Amino acid sequence: MNTSITLCGVTLSNPVIAASGTFGFGEDFAKLYDINCLGSFSMKGTTLLPREGNPTPRIAECACGMLNAVGLQNPGIDKVISEELPKIAEFYHKPVMANVSGFSVDEYAEVCRRLNDQAQVGWIELNISCPNVHGGGLAFGTSPQAAGQVTKAARRATKKPLIVKLSPNVTDIAEVARACEAEGADGLSLINTLLGMRLDLKTRRPVLNNITGGLSGPAVFPVALRMVYQVYEAVCVPLLGIGGISSAADVLEMMLAGATAVQVGSANLINPCACRDIIEALPATMAEYGVKDLKDMIGGAH
Amino acid sequence: MKQCVYLVEENELIAQNTYRMVFSGDASAFTAPGQFLNLQISGLYLRRPFSVCEWEEGCVTIVYKVVGAGTQKMATFKRGREVDVLTGLGNGYDVSKSGLRPLLIGGGAGVLPLMMLCKTLLAKGKQPSIAMGFGSAGEAFFQNTFEELGVPVSIATMDGSLGAKGVVLDACRMDACTYFYACGPVPMLKAVCAASCSDGQVSLEERMGCGFGACMGCTVITQSGPKRVCTDGPVFAKGELIW
Repeated sequence: MNTSITLCGVTLSNPVIAASGTFGFGEDFAKLYDINCLGSFSMKGTTLLPREGNPTPRIAECACGMLNAVGLQNPGIDKVISEELPKIAEFYHKPVMANVSGFSVDEYAEVCRRLNDQAQVGWIELNISCPNVHGGGLAFGTSPQAAGQVTKAARRATKKPLIVKLSPNVTDIAEVARACEAEGADGLSLINTLLGMRLDLKTRRPVLNNITGGLSGPAVFPVALRMVYQVYEAVCVPLLGIGGISSAADVLEMMLAGATAVQVGSANLINPCACRDIIEALPATMAEYGVKDLKDMIGGAH
Repeated sequence: MKQCVYLVEENELIAQNTYRMVFSGDASAFTAPGQFLNLQISGLYLRRPFSVCEWEEGCVTIVYKVVGAGTQKMATFKRGREVDVLTGLGNGYDVSKSGLRPLLIGGGAGVLPLMMLCKTLLAKGKQPSIAMGFGSAGEAFFQNTFEELGVPVSIATMDGSLGAKGVVLDACRMDACTYFYACGPVPMLKAVCAASCSDGQVSLEERMGCGFGACMGCTVITQSGPKRVCTDGPVFAKGELIW
């Protein structure tokens, strides 16, 4: 039985990647299990300068999911390179994915440039879809022109495989996907969180200090699946399916829709061993559905 | 941190809307009073964090107040029910700094972690005293337990139905202690820090996503930058916080 896949020229032992923002820099999980079983993990979204993020409360809950408004809290690219990557090297020996965010085209390009010499970084994931910061992130992900522009600048700044993370908060995600592919994206990851909110009946005010936040968890799985299905028909580059994946069966379903690999996000927060458990369950689930090589599933529903 | 399956042994009402739940299970991940556990409740997506009141080998006690959907479900848990928990979370109180006569200050549910703290301090030969604040006499708990330990107890209630009328600061003297340990709502913690002449530690509460450091949902801004309440805290030194 074969679970390996190839993502932009890098072979992964399995398609399960821990999603950015739910896995920190891996350290808290490495204390719990050997995270070298992962296909890879995507590091906490990194900007040029350190960011404190949004005021709390940053977390809310809903049926089958959660909302977050963390707002890209991170130590900045220089500290990620000087402190986090060396720490990661102690417990993780495979290529990691660097998730990059910014507030201008130049900032995205500069962060990509600084990552060029980092051998541990296998891919850059360009986050143009964070819904929790103002004037950055999502602003680049909601128009095909802006998405193309930032992809083009990042493409010029780095030779590493470039994956662009798309927002579901758009009318036509396929159009944004095509713009990124045209400007040199090697892959696309989708979806980031859906914009949502909750109100507190006792205070009659929003639960989140930021008012709105990003919805994730099993609640968004069908939306993510639909968008992966649509984008698979619109582009040729490999896709990373993200959104509510919580089981090996979800992985197979997302791959059938067109994903080459998947990212597991919120599930890590509920069950810290979620990625490991999903990876361990893959062979039995593949056997159940008569799958010998996981690669055969990619886009199989089309 | 350790992920465990706990068995509910007891779940009894001890004060108005307040329950004491005793679990049997692996308590080995707990190392300091003030740590917490994160409990999964079927039908709810996120886990719920609870301060641990006491633990010993094979046994862990929490006390919780029914305030929402999660705690309403917990109130129905029967003996023998299995619960998935993340254990040994957070840093806990540092007892090495207490001096001889530390003052423990708890507001409402903030009294909970002070039980294990008090017992730990007593075992080290310290002479702790405790001040507790509640809404009313019906909500008060642990008064007898602390008194049985021989610890001086002072109480304030908002409606004056038990002890002094007012907030917890109305029931205690901050000037006689060598050190303080506080847990309760943020306005209370701010007032305690402002009134104190000594150093101390406070335990914070925040809405959490994961409870073990991954999601950055519970950040507090400190003198040394943003810190996670769940892993860098929940206990912070008085001077660390920017109120």
